[in-house]
Amino acid sequence: MKSLLALLFCLSASGAFAHKPSDSYLTLERHGAAVQGQWDIALRDLDVAITLDANGDGEITWGEVRAKRAEIVAYALSRIDMVSGGTACPLEAADALIDQHSDGAYAVLRLSATCPQPGPALSVDYRLLFDIDPTHRGLLQYVEDGRIHSAIFSAESRAQTLGAGTAWQQLAAYVHEGVWHIWLGFDHILFLLSLLLPAVLLRHGGAWQPAESFRAAFWDVAKIVTAFTVAHSITLTLAALDVVSLPSRWVESAIALSVVLAAINNVFPVVSHGRWLAAFGFGLIHGFGFAGALRDLGLPTGSLALSLFGFNVGVELGQLAIVGVFLPAAFWLRGTWTYRRVVLAGGSALIAAIASVWLVERAFNVAILPALA
Amino acid sequence: MSALRRCAWMLLALALGAPVFANPYLPIDDDAVLERLPERTDPSLRDVKRLRTALDRNPGDLALAVRLARRAIEAARETGDPRFFGQAQAALAPWWKQPDPPAQALLLRATLKQSTHDFTGALADLDRLIVANPRDGQALLTRATVLTVQGRYAEARADCTRIARLTVPLVTIACDAAPASVSGEAASAYQALSGALAAPGADAGLAEWAHTLAGEIAQRRGNAAAAEAHFRAALVLDSRDPYLLAAYADFLLDRNRPAEVVPLLKDYTRNDNLLLRLALAEARLLEMRSSFDAHRSALEDRFDAARRRGDALHRREEARYALEIAGNSARALALARENWKVQRESADLRILLSAAKAAGDTAALREAGDWARAHRLEDAAITVLLQVR
Repeated sequence: MKSLLALLFCLSASGAFAHKPSDSYLTLERHGAAVQGQWDIALRDLDVAITLDANGDGEITWGEVRAKRAEIVAYALSRIDMVSGGTACPLEAADALIDQHSDGAYAVLRLSATCPQPGPALSVDYRLLFDIDPTHRGLLQYVEDGRIHSAIFSAESRAQTLGAGTAWQQLAAYVHEGVWHIWLGFDHILFLLSLLLPAVLLRHGGAWQPAESFRAAFWDVAKIVTAFTVAHSITLTLAALDVVSLPSRWVESAIALSVVLAAINNVFPVVSHGRWLAAFGFGLIHGFGFAGALRDLGLPTGSLALSLFGFNVGVELGQLAIVGVFLPAAFWLRGTWTYRRVVLAGGSALIAAIASVWLVERAFNVAILPALA
Repeated sequence: MSALRRCAWMLLALALGAPVFANPYLPIDDDAVLERLPERTDPSLRDVKRLRTALDRNPGDLALAVRLARRAIEAARETGDPRFFGQAQAALAPWWKQPDPPAQALLLRATLKQSTHDFTGALADLDRLIVANPRDGQALLTRATVLTVQGRYAEARADCTRIARLTVPLVTIACDAAPASVSGEAASAYQALSGALAAPGADAGLAEWAHTLAGEIAQRRGNAAAAEAHFRAALVLDSRDPYLLAAYADFLLDRNRPAEVVPLLKDYTRNDNLLLRLALAEARLLEMRSSFDAHRSALEDRFDAARRRGDALHRREEARYALEIAGNSARALALARENWKVQRESADLRILLSAAKAAGDTAALREAGDWARAHRLEDAAITVLLQVR
């Protein structure tokens, strides 16, 4: 009791943090898919984690380190993960070298990684030593396009998302991702097409008639596309800002259902004039789907608004490109029997069939079709 | 020295220094010693490793976790190495975020929060302990320490009164002497403390600490002979306590005896606080010029590393470095002001005053002077600083 009392009293404010605390130094340099780096970890810290001082004499010799070089690499690599474009970038390290820092000797690991699907951002998850010393820090220097960005990993902030390039490059990258997402995400295209197919026709007395003017068809398309855009922008923003979040299985199933309903409506019309309302209502659900895709890309901290805006612009551009190809062609063919019977009725039936399979796959988490969407 | 020659020297230094420090290398000799662990100088530190291995096998074992945390805190104090504080915190991980952990874990958590200058967090934990058990002597003593650092002397002294019946007289008297000596009762505090120290039978660790405190009080009262006697008595009991070494080095620097500081601290260059005192001494000794240059750049590196990791625990020392070594009074004043917001010990006021004077900031000077007078602080060095305008 006595000595502990003294001990606690002695811990006066000064002198408490006299030595340099535990830090590691991580440098990462990225060129597209390739990431190169260096990681300096104090031998003292490694000794606590995996016991370098094998003979227990209080001195770490090169021989002791050399015997554990593979273990050092395995230990370090098990405590860091990198992800870009929604895919892991597996890290490799050459055998450890040694370097002297102002506070002692460090093991130096030369790192390299390749990101199979590099996205605009690189996410790094760092877990070194926090279990042994929660006051440990990882000091990161990130280099891309000659620009240096520094960040600190701590027990409270273990993940960093590193943005790419200048704001403009970053914006362009997200626009690009948005365009590709709408083009490769067949469910969004099929939904939009299902709503657009009848836009060049008019429903009169239970039968389809060609629209009278391009102008009328154009405005119908514009109303539908605008309603879809406004709706999915709202939910994309809300979900990206974490205001609303829905389970992705639920969202993906509902998107498939929206395609089924939109396509069936073309074969057995129920809604003919207010299709923009359907575009708005289901657009809300598609927005949550876009948000999921955006999240997989990794959102850079500090430029959330920029990436959100860029991604949304990309989605709109991709959508407009589809409309730009579809509308003139459909308008030209609108009077033909083929358009009404094969394209509208047959196409819609096919879309409904495909989307029904997606619905089953997504709702029950089973694989039926080879992956398309 | 001409600019050209200075340039040539720098190039030479770069050419010689760069290969040694800048590039990772592959050692050749298996017997080359790369690193010395703290247990090299103190084999008892192996306990920390041993207890940690045991706790890894039984995570969640409170008794074991408490033993490890306590031993690691002791190790941190003995060596001045914050890695041990980190390991103590890791041992307490299951209880670290709990609102109401067991008392033993809570006390250690408060101690660790105090060591990282989270005084508000430490006080919240201590208040909880004392409400649950008003006779918790350790919690009261720790709270008195935190309150003293914050300049809340009346509250600190009230806590010291409460432990009188819970522990030996020397602890109670020393507890009270710390706040009393800086709030108008330095003479009686010193008298009581030196009287208690004269009584035989005190635990060595306790006596070492009480002598250090007595030395500091005597030094503030301007009684150099008594201060030196206390510091020397403390050094006999524990010649490696970093807190004592820093206090004695400051005393020697104040007495302008830098030559004695060098042998005292030359083996403690890993400790930033002690390295600073060593560099301050070497700066006054012409023959130590090359060693001073190396230590100065090492200090620069350490402060830089602390800034990079976002630490603000070094401000008092960094302010002193900025003022007395780098000669940057504006930066020293900014750091001393930041530090003063958190800690209010006599040394904190002293660096604030020195920096304010050097920077010619009369408002800061007046503020600091008002504080010293309002609390009736008795400190010879501060009196001199306040007199000579």
